Parts: sequence; C-alpha cells; structure tokens
Amino acid sequence: MTRQLMLVTLAAMAAATPAISEIAPTAVAYTEGKISESLTGTPGDPVAGLKVMTTNALGNCVACHVIAALPDVPFQGNIGPALDGVASRYDEAQLRGIVANSKLTFEGTFMPAFYKTDGFVRPGNAYTGKAPEADLPPILTAQQIEDVVAYLVTLKE
Amino acid sequence: MREHMIKTLVASAAFGLALTGMAYAEPVDDKLVIEGEEGTLELVTSTKAPDHLQEVMDTIYSGWHYREDDTRAMQKDDFDNPAMVFVDRGRDLWNKAIGKNSESCAGCHNGPESMKGLRAVTPRVDAKTGKLMTIENYVDACVTERMGLEAWGWTGDKMKDTLALISMQSRGEVVNVAIDGPAAPFWEKGKEIYYTRFGQLEMSCASCHEENQGLFIRSDHLSQGQINGFPTYRLKDAGILSAQQRFVGCVRDTRAETFKPNSDEFKALELYVASRGNGLSVEGVSVRH
Ligand code: HEC
Ligand code: HEC
Ligand code: HEC
Repeated sequence: MTRQLMLVTLAAMAAATPAISEIAPTAVAYTEGKISESLTGTPGDPVAGLKVMTTNALGNCVACHVIAALPDVPFQGNIGPALDGVASRYDEAQLRGIVANSKLTFEGTFMPAFYKTDGFVRPGNAYTGKAPEADLPPILTAQQIEDVVAYLVTLKE
Repeated sequence: MREHMIKTLVASAAFGLALTGMAYAEPVDDKLVIEGEEGTLELVTSTKAPDHLQEVMDTIYSGWHYREDDTRAMQKDDFDNPAMVFVDRGRDLWNKAIGKNSESCAGCHNGPESMKGLRAVTPRVDAKTGKLMTIENYVDACVTERMGLEAWGWTGDKMKDTLALISMQSRGEVVNVAIDGPAAPFWEKGKEIYYTRFGQLEMSCASCHEENQGLFIRSDHLSQGQINGFPTYRLKDAGILSAQQRFVGCVRDTRAETFKPNSDEFKALELYVASRGNGLSVEGVSVRH
C-alpha cells in the first residue's frame, strides 16, 4: 500500500468511526426526559446547528416551528410552538433531551425523535420508501444534536 | 388539448409565487361550481362528518378547500382542468379494439356512462367473490381475463386514464362506501393502518390529516387527506395520481418503507379513507398542487 493510499484509508476510517467519547443512541441516559451530559464532549457549533434546523433533509425544524428570529427562512410551519425564547423556558439538559427524543418529555408528541434508532414500525431507508439495507442511523448525528442545542440555548427571551 | 397545457403552465408559474405570508388558515370558504360541457354543476365539498368520525371531527372538507386560489379556480372550469386530457385519453382507449380478439371496453359495456355510480361506492366487497375491489381491480379483471391482455401496471398510464374516465361518470354523486357487513373486516384493517405511526418519523395518517389539518407543515397547508377528488391532477408532478399513489408518497415522507399500490394494506386503507369522505361529492378528476 502506498503511503498516500494508507493516509486516505486512515482518514476514511476516522470519519466512519464515532469518536470514543460519543454516546450511542441506545446508550443515552435520560432523566425525566433530560440529558445532562454532552453526547460528544465536543462543544456544539450554533452556526452549524442553525443549518441543521433549516435544512429539509436534516432537522427541518422549521417545517413545524416558527423561529421569528430567522425572517429569511421561507415557509416556516406552525404545528409546534414558536422556538423564540425557548432557552428561557428550558435549560440545556432539557433541550438536549427534547431534540434527541422529545417523546420522553412530551408523551405521544408529533415531534420526531432525532437521536433514536429502534422501536419503529416499518422504518425506511431515509426518504426512499424502501426498507433499510443496514442498521438504521439516527436522523441526526450526536454532533448535529449538540450543534442544534448550541443554537437553541441562544434563543433567550 | 394544447389549450389545456398552456393554461396549466401559466397557472403553475403563478402558483410558485403565491405562497408568501402564510399563517394558520381555515379551509377556504368557497363553493365548487363547475362549468362543463353540460352546464354547471355544484359539488358538495364540505358536509357533516359521517357517524363513525363524529368523535374526532364535526365537518369534513374536500382537499380542494385547502389549495391556493389559482389551483381551486382550475377545477371550476373543465376547459382549464388539466386532468381532462387524461379523461379524453381514457375515452379513446375505451373505444379501441385492443383485446386479443379485438375486444374493446365499449364492445361489452357500451358507453362509459354505463359506469355511472361505481366510483361513489368503491372500494367495495364484490358480492360474488367476497374480494375487496377497487376500480383498478375491476378493470384489471377485464383486461386480463376478458381481453386476453397482459396486466396493466396499477399506476401506469392506461390504468390511470381509464380510472379518470370511469371516475368522471360519477362526478357529483355522493361518496357512500359500505363499511359494514362483508366490508367490516377490511374497514377495520384500514382504520388500524390509518392510526399506526409509521417510519422513523413515527407519524400516522391521523397525525397530519386529523390532528393537524388546517396547519402548515413547511409550505404545505394540511388538508384532511380525503380521496373524493381522486384521481387528481397534481401540478407538482404534472400528471395524474391515483389515491394509492398518493398514499405511497405520504408514507414515504415519514421515512417509512411504503406498501405497494394494490397491496392488501393499501386497498384496505383506500376503503377506510374513502369512508371518511362519505357525504362529499365525487369530484371526477380534481386539481391539486
Ligand atoms: C413534525 C413536526 C416537528 C418537527 C419537525 C420538530 N418539532 Fe419540535 N415540537 C413539535 C411539537 C408538536 C411540539 C410541542 C410538544 C408537544 O407535543 O406538546 C414541539 C416542541 C418542541 C420544543 C419545546 C418548545 C416549547 O416551547 O415547549 C422544542 C425546543 C423543539 N420542539 C425543538 C425542535 C427542534 C430543534 C427541531 C428540529 C431538530 C424540531 N423541534 C422539529 C413538532 C415538531
Ligand atoms: C368481453 C366483455 C368485456 C370486455 C371486453 C370488458 N369488460 Fe368490463 N366487465 C365485463 C363483465 C361481464 C363484467 C362483470 C359484470 C358483473 O359481474 O356484473 C365487467 C365488469 C367491469 C367493471 C365493474 C363494473 C361494475 O359496475 O361492477 C368495470 C369497471 C369494467 N368491467 C371495466 C372494463 C374496462 C375499462 C374494459 C376495457 C379495458 C372492460 N371492462 C372490458 C365484460 C367485459
Ligand atoms: C407528515 C405529514 C403527513 C402524513 C403523516 C401523511 N400525509 Fe397525506 N399529505 C400530506 C401533505 C403535506 C399533503 C398535501 C397537502 C394536503 O392535501 O394535506 C398530503 C396529501 C394527502 C392526500 C391528498 C388530498 C387531496 O385532496 O389532494 C391524501 C389522500 C393523503 N395525503 C392521504 C394520506 C394517508 C392515507 C396517510 C397515511 C398513510 C397520509 N396522508 C399521511 C402530509 C402527510
């Protein structure tokens, strides 16, 4: 193996393997819906979090939530409460729990669980309509959850 | 035909610009009075919910009430309704001697008017066989058993053109599918599917079309997901869609593995969803976005 190829391979492995400190979806400890520890140990990036929240194929939170602080994002849905001021209503641990699996905070809620990999009825391979070929990844990665939480905590009243 | 197409293009372009400044919106207060070759026809697009829905809603609405002004207007005049092209194609096919021994639909059934009323009562359990039959199932039986042809695809052009033609014959009739007697087990199965939260997003038909109807999910104004308007011309797809094709899209959007058109699951679901619209008019062929 050439040196270059080896480097590429190592880099690919590093990208595919979650960091050691990352908590897997099935291993998350919820206390009354809250998650007090970071899922990754790496601080979240609010700018990346905002991107996740407004991108259709990722969090698409604006499909259901208005964020008045973002007047440039078109077509914000109005199914859930507006997220403005949400950090004055919940602390970080509560917000992390709501984003990872809101069902443990709001029983039976319409809001999807973004960091969950089991317990689904006929899960599909993302939006293909087909059955998944491998284990189902969560909708958002651990770091994306942290990024979203980092943005949410800025939404103070 | 060319006229139809041009108007469609103009309307779709206007539609793209229309969706700004939205908020919670009730179904639009409007009446669907259609100008057609045989004069005007007023359709029932909202009415008292059927008994089996009384606990969850008072009034049922056609999806027509939730669409933009332009889209609603297209359905008010057959000349502007792009779905009519497909009805015309269905009529040509109906009269053609396509069978192995040159049979045509018309040869056995006379004019398509002989199908009047069928769309309002299907899916239904066939008295002779005990099977749940959609219009597509009836057409398939004639195509394969009485005309000696290969089966048409459930959502292929020939099937949907024929479906459009047959559905038009019942335009204005009130949907009235049976849910009791031999239909009961199919209806129960359809109901169970309707309330099951599928996929990685864990959403049921009811999550969107019952609990959140009237609200906006991103740019989409959620209707009650009625099928009295099907088949429908969908501006987004520039084509005609059967009810079960619509179900495929909705289930896929919950990050779920869908069921196939004509599966036992979707047939039962079609019966159940149809029954939620008992009391609305069959729209023949509708226009949605
Ligand atoms: C399909 C709709 C939907 C999507 C998508 C969605 N939510 Fe929600 N969300 C809701 C609903 C509904 C509630 C209200 C909780 C309940 O059911 O009582 C809610 C509640 C919340 C709350 C609590 C707000 C409060 O003031 O109580 C937060 C925070 C939140 N969502 C964040 C998010 C984030 C972040 C995303 C994207 C990663 C997201 N939601 C995506 C529907 C949604
Ligand atoms: C060889 C004669 C024949 C041909 C050709 C034929 N059909 Fe039929 N069709 C029948 C018979 C017989 C029935 C069953 C009537 C019954 O059981 O009461 C039927 C039933 C139907 C039904 C159900 C009607 C109802 O009210 O229950 C539909 C729909 C239908 N045919 C559509 C078509 C279409 C579309 C074509 C052409 C693609 C076609 N048929 C070609 C003989 C034919
Ligand atoms: C995530 C939300 C969501 C879910 C879950 C969902 N749909 Fe839909 N559905 C939509 C949207 C958005 C539309 C387009 C706007 C409208 O008519 O509501 C739609 C449209 C429809 C329509 C067309 C209505 C018309 O008049 O044009 C039907 C029928 C329908 N859905 C049936 C279903 C069925 C059956 C299920 C369950 C298998 C289902 N939907 C699940 C969001 C959803």
